[in-house]
Amino acid sequence: MFYREAGQYKTSYQADQALFPIRQDQIGFLLILAVAFILVPLTASDFVLDSILIPVLVLSLAAIGLNMLTGYTGLLSLGTGGFMGVGAFACYKLATFFPGINIVVLIICSGFLAAAAGIVFGLPSLRIKGFYLAVATLASQFFLSWCFIRIPWLYNYNISASIEVPARTLFGIPITGPNATAVTRYLIVLTIVAIMTWLASNLIRGRIGRTWMAVRDMDIAAELMGIKLYPTKLLAFAVSSFYCGVAGAMLVFLWLGNAESESFSINQSFLVLFMVIIGGLGSLLGSFFGATLIYGLPIVLRMIKTNWDLAITSANLEHINFIILGTLIILFLIAEPNGLARLWQIGKQKLRVWPFPY
Amino acid sequence: MSLLYQIFIDPFVQMGTAPDLLVQTLWEGLVAGVLYALIALGFVLIFKASGVFNFAQGIMVVFSALTLVGLYAHGVPAFLALALTIAVMFALAFAIERLVLRPLVNQADIILFMATFGLTYILIGSGELIFGGDPKVMITDQLLLPSGSYSIKMLGGFVQMQKIDVAAAVIASLMVATLAVFFQKTRIGRALRAVADSHRAALSVGISLEYIWVIVWFAAGIVALATGIMWGARSNVSFALEIIALKALPVLILGGLTSIPGAIVGGVIIGVGEKLGEFYWGPLFGSGIESWLAYVIALIFLLFRPQGLFGERIIERI
Repeated sequence: MFYREAGQYKTSYQADQALFPIRQDQIGFLLILAVAFILVPLTASDFVLDSILIPVLVLSLAAIGLNMLTGYTGLLSLGTGGFMGVGAFACYKLATFFPGINIVVLIICSGFLAAAAGIVFGLPSLRIKGFYLAVATLASQFFLSWCFIRIPWLYNYNISASIEVPARTLFGIPITGPNATAVTRYLIVLTIVAIMTWLASNLIRGRIGRTWMAVRDMDIAAELMGIKLYPTKLLAFAVSSFYCGVAGAMLVFLWLGNAESESFSINQSFLVLFMVIIGGLGSLLGSFFGATLIYGLPIVLRMIKTNWDLAITSANLEHINFIILGTLIILFLIAEPNGLARLWQIGKQKLRVWPFPY
Repeated sequence: MSLLYQIFIDPFVQMGTAPDLLVQTLWEGLVAGVLYALIALGFVLIFKASGVFNFAQGIMVVFSALTLVGLYAHGVPAFLALALTIAVMFALAFAIERLVLRPLVNQADIILFMATFGLTYILIGSGELIFGGDPKVMITDQLLLPSGSYSIKMLGGFVQMQKIDVAAAVIASLMVATLAVFFQKTRIGRALRAVADSHRAALSVGISLEYIWVIVWFAAGIVALATGIMWGARSNVSFALEIIALKALPVLILGGLTSIPGAIVGGVIIGVGEKLGEFYWGPLFGSGIESWLAYVIALIFLLFRPQGLFGERIIERI
């Protein structure tokens, strides 16, 4: 009743092809942005910002990266953690070499290095397909993890083999290092994620995104239609790794503050893959949903335990968390194999025709 | 120049001057390869019959071994514990078919792959909850498995062979032979191959998919149990073992996802290649190259044969 586009006439192609062609969507989107940029920094506590909002945003960006590769181009990859690591370590080395350059610029630059790594490890993708490719991308994951441990140059010969974030400022306000407040870091992360999501949505709606989807649906048919497979797949690897690299750099510089190779292990790759599949393959919105759910579930379970004062030891709680997480993954897949994004669509459709059934 | 010498000449000189060490390394590689092959075998069984890439195979290995050891620790006699563990694996197969596979029938491969991840989490959680996370000792003596080692004099030195390794190799070969006979000669085996060829065609000639899937997952569970006993005898039984499932993946793609002989040959190639690489070329790169060397070996083979060495030729039509 309230969500209905009747009477909204488009008089130009531009209006018809807008990101949000329906007025209610535009208003809703602006509301969300306003809440995220103004209300949240004013009201949220440091705990909420630091342990929920920043990680969810960072992981969403990584999930968007993987979604472009797996959801839109149909190339299953288990090397996300490795590419995030490339971004993080590259950003760390860049910050060491060029202390004068703004850290936000460096975070973006490290994305390009991750993209280069993605292209190198994407090279086998023309000949190798499906699950074979998934296992082949594991090669990149293990090789990169090994590099992060065994090449001391990457972490400046630090004895603890971890990277410590140097303190940097933007317009005189500290944004990284111990002096940066959670609010400033949140705003920086939010800005980068918002801009990159906007770029991603335009990339996907444009020619490049359509070639990706054609390749996903059937690569031989796409080739017959004149799409060059190799550049298309490599571009998907490059863009996806770029997003993952930026996410990895933000993970270290704007969230954790220090990290070692363990943060970019195979488990990280799997987590991001969960987010993409639970959220919905081939949906940017789904990446956000998935990240929120997968990252938020353990936190919620822990909160339930502390609030209700259940008599469970913390080790057992960890195991119960595992069981619940596994069960929920299976239940979600059974209930809606197309992910949370599809549930959202169904909900919107229901809202549109309400109060009538169709 | 000296780097080239170190890569291309020096290792071979070492091999030539100390052939007993070479044989020792080859033997260790062979044993590791056989054990990788056993895990890969579990993957292949399930992938062939249901098209599910079962990520939970590694954790099934740990889970079955833990059940066996845990039952024994509670005072159940060793062979009764073995029988009970087999019963547990059957119950697990039945539950997986009923609760996971059946509702997800006809979904995309990646969704089923994802569901096995959920299964992995459930098994890890419940395994640790029931049996505890601390490493346990496998009951090798009670299961009448040999311990100790042979020391064979050859090529101007001694080669050590653990008896349990010999037993592992024998048991693995027996298992593969049994499976081959089972697949080729029995009624159920023929039904399994029919399902592997085409679900729909199998259904249309009256083969029950549910029944076949339970059997396949049960067979994979038995393979997992055997693997768990062997690995547990070499090191302890703990959740650290699940990492070996990741080591079995390159074996799997090297041999081909659908081929039982491929799993064996792939396992031996990877096992031997890995040990040789680690022993002769490892010092050059710093230790720990074992973690990715197997993947690189598999990747090189895949570039020439994208379906693996023995996999069915991938034919794509429009």
